[in-house]
Amino acid sequence: MREVMFVQALGEAMAEEMERDPRVILMGEDVQLGAFGQTRGLVERFGPGRVRNTPLAEVGFTGAGIGAAASGLRPVVNIMMANFLYVTMDQIVNQLAKLRYMSGGQVDFPIVIWATTGAGGSAAAQHSDNPAAMFVNVPGLKIVKPGNPYDVKGLMKSSIRSNSPIIFFEETTLGMMKQPIPDEEYTVPIGKGEVKREGTDITVVAIGCMVSQALSAAEKLEKEGISVEVVDPRTLVPLDKDIILNSVAKTGKVVVCDDAPPLCSVASEISATINEEGFDFLKAPVARVTREHVPVPFSPPMEKFVLPNEEKIINKVKEVAKR
Amino acid sequence: MLNSELLLKMYQKMVLIRAFEEKVSELFAKGKIPGFAHLSLGQEAVPVGTCANLEEEDHITSTHRGHGDILAKGADPKYMFAELFGKSSGYCKGKGGSMHIADYSLGIIGANGIVGAGIPIATGSALAQQQLGTKNVTVCFFGDGAANEGSFHEAVNLASIWKLPVIYVCQNNQYAVSTPASYALSVQDVSSRGSAYNIPGVTVDGNDVIAVYEAVHEAVERARNGSGPSLVECKTYRWHGHFEGEEALGWIYRSKEEVEEWKKKDPIPRFENNLVNQGILSKTDIEKTKEQTKQLIEDAVKFAEEAPLPDPEEALVGLFPD
Ligand SMILES: Cc1ncc(C[n+]2csc(CCOP(=O)(O)OP(=O)(O)O)c2C)c(N)n1
Repeated sequence: MREVMFVQALGEAMAEEMERDPRVILMGEDVQLGAFGQTRGLVERFGPGRVRNTPLAEVGFTGAGIGAAASGLRPVVNIMMANFLYVTMDQIVNQLAKLRYMSGGQVDFPIVIWATTGAGGSAAAQHSDNPAAMFVNVPGLKIVKPGNPYDVKGLMKSSIRSNSPIIFFEETTLGMMKQPIPDEEYTVPIGKGEVKREGTDITVVAIGCMVSQALSAAEKLEKEGISVEVVDPRTLVPLDKDIILNSVAKTGKVVVCDDAPPLCSVASEISATINEEGFDFLKAPVARVTREHVPVPFSPPMEKFVLPNEEKIINKVKEVAKR
Repeated sequence: MLNSELLLKMYQKMVLIRAFEEKVSELFAKGKIPGFAHLSLGQEAVPVGTCANLEEEDHITSTHRGHGDILAKGADPKYMFAELFGKSSGYCKGKGGSMHIADYSLGIIGANGIVGAGIPIATGSALAQQQLGTKNVTVCFFGDGAANEGSFHEAVNLASIWKLPVIYVCQNNQYAVSTPASYALSVQDVSSRGSAYNIPGVTVDGNDVIAVYEAVHEAVERARNGSGPSLVECKTYRWHGHFEGEEALGWIYRSKEEVEEWKKKDPIPRFENNLVNQGILSKTDIEKTKEQTKQLIEDAVKFAEEAPLPDPEEALVGLFPD
């Protein structure tokens, strides 16, 4: 085992998969520089043919990735920040998500669209979105959103090997997070969640950057006599419903945490699923901790106000646990 | 020839932009400004030479690197600093920050955090100016990187077929983050793309404020008399990183020598010498301008520092007009 940072773990996953399969290529804006450090050194190792800097042309290079995937390559397309995914919407939503199905399953699209996401550094509204739910809403895409270095490496490897189109979200706020990971090769399956902490009083389902915050909240709540179970679905499509429902069966109470706007969100979807399939377990209504439903403001006091955090999780858990 | 009053104003604006951004750099390094700071140090001649052609009613759109454009169009450094500090008295009530400054009353219809996104918006602004029968024009500032976005191509084509009063001013500062224009552009000059859309395209020395002024002057005249859009490419250079603090992240993509070469082409002393030689500016004027500008910036920073932070709940206000 070695202590590895989140961004390093991602870089390792990329390098190992490129080593393993010459059809894997990486492209995107400034990937050779490695804006967040994840892809640094890859061009030296694999050359500019397989690690391709692109011009600013998200529609062009995302679409090119889709065409290349249909024609024998296994592209990883890096979108520097999730907000820029909006520029590529037609290629992803009208094309990528639908072409396999619409052609009667003639061809697979083994592509990973890898976008960084996260807020909290006063980047303001055009650089702070977490649009995972928008893509969850599109049939035909698998959505992955890991919350620690072990998972990010294992899930990136599985995503690159998958023949389905994957939107892979990397949390920038977790970039420096460290964790021991195995020296030998491993993968994490797409569609399997994990119980990150056992507990008996209440379940917190946490996504992406909220997982570590939920874990830290759980530590504090333990001291106040509330035993919190933390469940991380890790992939949003497909969603590991069983792991969530099993936990709810045990605790009877749930708070769902996602760092995204609340309307039509992943948190709403999980809440609805529990309502439909786990109603009999419930001792209280399912609660949510999300962003406020506004664009993320620039100024730190307002930004802090709209984003979910550990304190908000603690307050919500206490409120629900009391019922 | 330009009259000396306008020349002096242009000189003062360039000095103001320089001082403003040097201050931003200093405050950012001290951790006093949250978020990102994208500076245009070295590029001052482009917005100043451009905006010297504009009236208050004319519009501009700008980019993530917009301080210079916004100041050149007449924005008040006081409210800009307040915005950069995240204060309620800032141009956007602390909601936008440096990348999204706007003052619609001065025709500054928005900086933009999304590369290329201002280009169609500028085109729409010009559509309104034409349709409403004004004689006003819109200037669209954008970068060499943005010229590769689909939005550029669609919007310029639209403006061309509708003969809209818009001037696309490309600030070609040679890089889009780490990617050199020489690699990312299919052509040597962005201006040559004008021919694909049947509009005039010219490239000028973007460190020569008079050259910029003259090229934009012609384009503005064309726009005002109904002859449609133009593309003016200004070749220049940004002295600082893509954003402040990038060196600490190990971002290395250009040589020190290259940066030093370009610093020798500093547009400010160049214009200064020109004005001194013409007898328009004296050594005392230069000192006075710099002194006054320094004071203005100090006052603006003081105003911004003393302004109150917003009530956090103000975040929930302003999403809809009703
Ligand atoms: C659609 C989009 N893609 C990527 C980015 C990230 N980004 C911000 S500025 C920038 C470079 C822009 O280069 P250019 O247009 O030449 O302007 P400059 O920074 O040189 O002034 C990039 C890639 C973005 N903000 N928006």
